[in-house]
Amino acid sequence: MQSDASSNEPIIEINDVTKIYGSDVRAVDNVSLTVNRGEFFALLGPSGCGKTTLLRMLAGFETPTEGKVIIDGDDMAEVQANKRPVNMVFQSYAVFPHMTVAQNVGYGLKIDGVAKKEISARVEEALELVKLGGLGSRMPDELSGGQRQRVALARALIKRPSVLLLDEPLSALDAKLREAMQLELVRLQKTVGITFVIVTHDQAEALSMADRIAVMESGFVRQVASPAELYEHPTNRFVGDFIGQINLFSGSASPAGEGKVNVSAAPLSDQVLDGTATGSVCVAVRPEKVNVSRDKPADSNLLSIQGSVADIAYYGGYSNLYVDVGAADPVLAEITNAERGIGPGYAQGETVWVSWRPEDTLLFAE
Amino acid sequence: MSLLGNLLSRRGKSEIGPLEYHRRLWLRVTVALTLIFLYMPILTLIAFSFNDSKRNVVWRGFTFKYYEKAMNNSELIEAFVNSLTIAFVSTIVSVILGALTAYVLWRFRFPFRAAYEGAMALPVVIPEICMGVALMVFFLRTGFNTGGWVWPFNLSAITIAHIAFSFPFAAIVIRARLESFNTELSESAKDLGASEYQVFKDIIVPHMKPGLIAGALLAFTLSLDDFVITFFTSGPNTLTFPVKIYSMVRFSVTPEVNAASTILIVITVIITALALRLQNRNNMLQAG
Repeated sequence: MQSDASSNEPIIEINDVTKIYGSDVRAVDNVSLTVNRGEFFALLGPSGCGKTTLLRMLAGFETPTEGKVIIDGDDMAEVQANKRPVNMVFQSYAVFPHMTVAQNVGYGLKIDGVAKKEISARVEEALELVKLGGLGSRMPDELSGGQRQRVALARALIKRPSVLLLDEPLSALDAKLREAMQLELVRLQKTVGITFVIVTHDQAEALSMADRIAVMESGFVRQVASPAELYEHPTNRFVGDFIGQINLFSGSASPAGEGKVNVSAAPLSDQVLDGTATGSVCVAVRPEKVNVSRDKPADSNLLSIQGSVADIAYYGGYSNLYVDVGAADPVLAEITNAERGIGPGYAQGETVWVSWRPEDTLLFAE
Repeated sequence: MSLLGNLLSRRGKSEIGPLEYHRRLWLRVTVALTLIFLYMPILTLIAFSFNDSKRNVVWRGFTFKYYEKAMNNSELIEAFVNSLTIAFVSTIVSVILGALTAYVLWRFRFPFRAAYEGAMALPVVIPEICMGVALMVFFLRTGFNTGGWVWPFNLSAITIAHIAFSFPFAAIVIRARLESFNTELSESAKDLGASEYQVFKDIIVPHMKPGLIAGALLAFTLSLDDFVITFFTSGPNTLTFPVKIYSMVRFSVTPEVNAASTILIVITVIITALALRLQNRNNMLQAG
């Protein structure tokens, strides 16, 4: 869901930000990032990678040990959380339990001293926006989890912030509701035109919603790119491995002329591939790019390996074939069950060939 | 046939199921004994307050006259009013002090916080008699003799003593309540523009409310029935209800004492029930 709404005008600039807890825990390590105005930006990574710390530094609940955070052109170093042009949706939603829905949503405006009449009009408008119209007089404990989250959204959006921060907003919802909310968040973001920065550990969530994603690992940003770019052109092994599924073969490479390297990574040997990485390397290929056939593929350009089917996992629309090729891990091939029949049509133990195109091959330096 | 057998057996007394503890004899006996030990003395006290006899031993018929007598005993009434006044003031001050103490301990990190917390909780474990003597000596040495002041200021010393021993209880209860606070709530309020004070007023105090009520209840009952510390800090003109009862009992245990005590019990029960009701309603609002 790429958007045209985002411009190239930066709204958040994170410059060489480091956050150290205690004496040596580097939660965020020398991170520089730019988020553009109107963008749906995701911070993606496993738990403990520093993504939430980074988000909390944007909100003003943590101060960077080093570096600068600039939001909407202003340095945030001296700006308290309650004075920042950002609002946040918390993981627990943090809906105030002793206030009605309308009081919750109107709280920020009340603090700002907005007239009562305007508050109630804007609350009604905000509740309509998140499809909670008419529920203003309910108490939070009379709402479902999904509804409470909408209250949190309306409450954060009503102040018309420059940036909306969302901390794992969908993690507490069940799978069906989560999918619906993903679409709705994207729709909402396009409607209000506010920059969204979302923190998530769920790659499917980030891929389906964000315009751009920053993949983080142990305090570092590993890659910042669009979802398709991240999936098809990961720049390092971590990103390739973290996003989607991937087959990895460790080996070594030596230069073989202009833009080419000669790679040996068991069970592949002496393959000349495009790339510049030499020394210790990792060859990778996505499972859906891998073909399975009974006969050796005729095309000699393809990388092909013989093996035997170790396991078959049937998922309805597709099947995963695990082919033992004598390497440490079996090769995973994703086969679309395009025709109505009885699945992939291979038997366990059967001898097959796995093959893929050289241009689908990824090469990471290690 | 077996179906018929089942039906027949159900007609009689069925077997006691594995989880039907309430039907087992040992549990019934335990419950009965517990209730007897807890409430028989109180029930006896109440019953004999209606006894038409000067002594509290033999039942001689029903009467209200000792209630009348208690009501007309101006010293007793004065002591009773004193007790309520002291309890009222010390409850309010204790809850405010306790809430602030609990908030500071919960919200901030500072040097010697653990030591401070321990020092604050000390009056809870110090024997009351020590507290009483200490406070008496303190008031004597400092010359803080309020006994001669005009009512209700003549109760100042006792009230201060009561605050000193009851506010730690309030603080402990309120602190426990704060432990269940989701800090994302206060961060969320701050994120929406609230200052530190607004966060405290709008978000944290409403969360503390059940703790405040429980703390107040505790402080009130502690103050109302305190004898030991009050005995050491009260003068001849500043009798409280328990001290007055004690002095009456020294002459003889008349049904008048029973009547006065019954009134106190009824008042305490009513206040407790009201507070619990308030707290329950609050808990229901805060659930989820």
